[in-house]
Amino acid sequence: MQAEEIVGSRLTNQSLSRWLHSLPGVDKVGLEARAASLATRSIKTTSKVWGLDMAIKMMDLTTLEGMDTPQRVRSLCQKAMTPDMDDPECPTPAAICVYGDMVPHAKAALGKSKIYVAAVATAFPSGRASMKVKLQDTKDAVAFGADEIDMVIDRGAFLSGNYLEVFKQIQAVKQACQRPKGKPAHLKVILETGELQTYDNIRRASYLAMLAGADFIKTSTGKVTVNATLPITLLMLEAVRDWFDQTGELIGVKPAGGIRTAKDALKYLVVVKETAGERWLTPELFRFGASSLLNDVLMQRKKLLTKTYLGPDYVSVD
Amino acid sequence: MRLDVKKTYKLFIAGKFPRSESGRSYQVKDSKANHVANVALASRKDVRDAVQAARAAQPGWAGASAYNRGQVLYRIAEMLEGRREQFVSEISSLTGKTQKQADAEVSAAIDSWVWHAGWTDKIDSVAGSMNPVAGPYFNISTNQPTGVVGAFAPQGSALVGFVNTIAPAIVSGNTVVVVTSEHLSLPALTLGEVLATSDLPGGVVNILSGKEAELSSWLVGHMDVNAVDLEGTSNPTELEISAANTVKRVIRPGTYLREGSKGNLQHILDLMEVKTVWHPKGH
Repeated sequence: MQAEEIVGSRLTNQSLSRWLHSLPGVDKVGLEARAASLATRSIKTTSKVWGLDMAIKMMDLTTLEGMDTPQRVRSLCQKAMTPDMDDPECPTPAAICVYGDMVPHAKAALGKSKIYVAAVATAFPSGRASMKVKLQDTKDAVAFGADEIDMVIDRGAFLSGNYLEVFKQIQAVKQACQRPKGKPAHLKVILETGELQTYDNIRRASYLAMLAGADFIKTSTGKVTVNATLPITLLMLEAVRDWFDQTGELIGVKPAGGIRTAKDALKYLVVVKETAGERWLTPELFRFGASSLLNDVLMQRKKLLTKTYLGPDYVSVD
Repeated sequence: MRLDVKKTYKLFIAGKFPRSESGRSYQVKDSKANHVANVALASRKDVRDAVQAARAAQPGWAGASAYNRGQVLYRIAEMLEGRREQFVSEISSLTGKTQKQADAEVSAAIDSWVWHAGWTDKIDSVAGSMNPVAGPYFNISTNQPTGVVGAFAPQGSALVGFVNTIAPAIVSGNTVVVVTSEHLSLPALTLGEVLATSDLPGGVVNILSGKEAELSSWLVGHMDVNAVDLEGTSNPTELEISAANTVKRVIRPGTYLREGSKGNLQHILDLMEVKTVWHPKGH
């Protein structure tokens, strides 16, 4: 569906603004209570095994540090290809998430494996650069062979009500994800919910990103104090569910930052199942952005298989 | 008329007093089989949490200066002295000892703390060595804490046996997860309250009350535990085999006296690793 059709008029900042502000307000107390009640659900035995394996399959194993080196990226790729040395049946993460300049190293290390390479782009994490730079950043990563692009929105423009500007930027980046030959790179739009101040803003930003052509909406960069939380993820899942009802388009959700334990991951899976439905319980439509989560899931997984608690000495650091 | 406020005896993990994760509890009876208290019945998940807390606390405790650790342990003895009456009444109620005998047990426990407190800064002087080698090197062996110790206090001792189980472990900078005697657990749990108010960092000692047979395979099998003291266990052979899977140090039941003895330096050393360093000497 065309954006104009959905908004109902020609796209101007005014019409976008009217459309976004006509979305129902978020019931903060209700949302948080719902998330908290879903988080109490207990997942045991075979469901737990399934959940842990699914959590690994949904993982974007991430390293986004200033001190990243090609070697570190390579070792992370090794880890993604063989998460558990003792168990060849262990599933592998969906993707490796790195900075744009590390894409060639990740691509080379992953070789023929089915693991995607996701690159953060558009002056991640702040998004404070000229449009020209942001687009070049994206095109570079795409040219290096990135399968997925994680872009950040311009929070300054969003918060000052300049929705059309944000919309246009996302569209332009989406355009830059195209390849002359072959499949375009998947576009994940990072809303940086920790900087959007209110739940209402998060709902608006989700709709704005979906309207502009996002394939995924992602909570956070992992670089601010408040990252992914359960209520925020629930809210975004409601948005993609309602968007699907309205337009028939399936959009994915990716919480990122602060998800460190297998227990947390299982809570997220419950929220996915109960909010968007089972259709979203696939790596195509739900991802975890995480760096340290994999080790905890591996430890839990092994505990279920061996009936022995593992220590952090028994899983690789990176 | 007023109702007595009864105390709930809870676990001691990471410096806090949680109930068992499982929500279970069991009754502790006195020597005449009267119900005296409800006590948290620890589960394997409490073992898991306790080991995690012990692991987190270990580098900080081992990194504290020996002098500082000695001061903290001495402080525990001081605090124990202040709670003497409570311990005496718990011990005599559970074991049927007379006031005088129970008082003697508390004195023995306090003396043991003081004895162990003294060792913190002396272990290396006594057990470390400067080794003669054929070459221009200093060759020095020193004793390092082994890490996280999983311990089972003797089933038949209310306080002094418990103290003689945890003190040798923490003196050198280990942290400990200890399972109390099942039926004589009250003084051990009260000791947790003493530890919580005596500058001992949270997580250095973690106290679980419950059934040894239910917890032992989880604690001994836990791959993040470096040494186990099997004193209070009923199936040590099986546990020793399990401990061997991860090359843990093992103290077998009966190796050291837990009562009628202040302590034993070898017990402390059994929970340590010898590290030898070579240092060039020049000429």
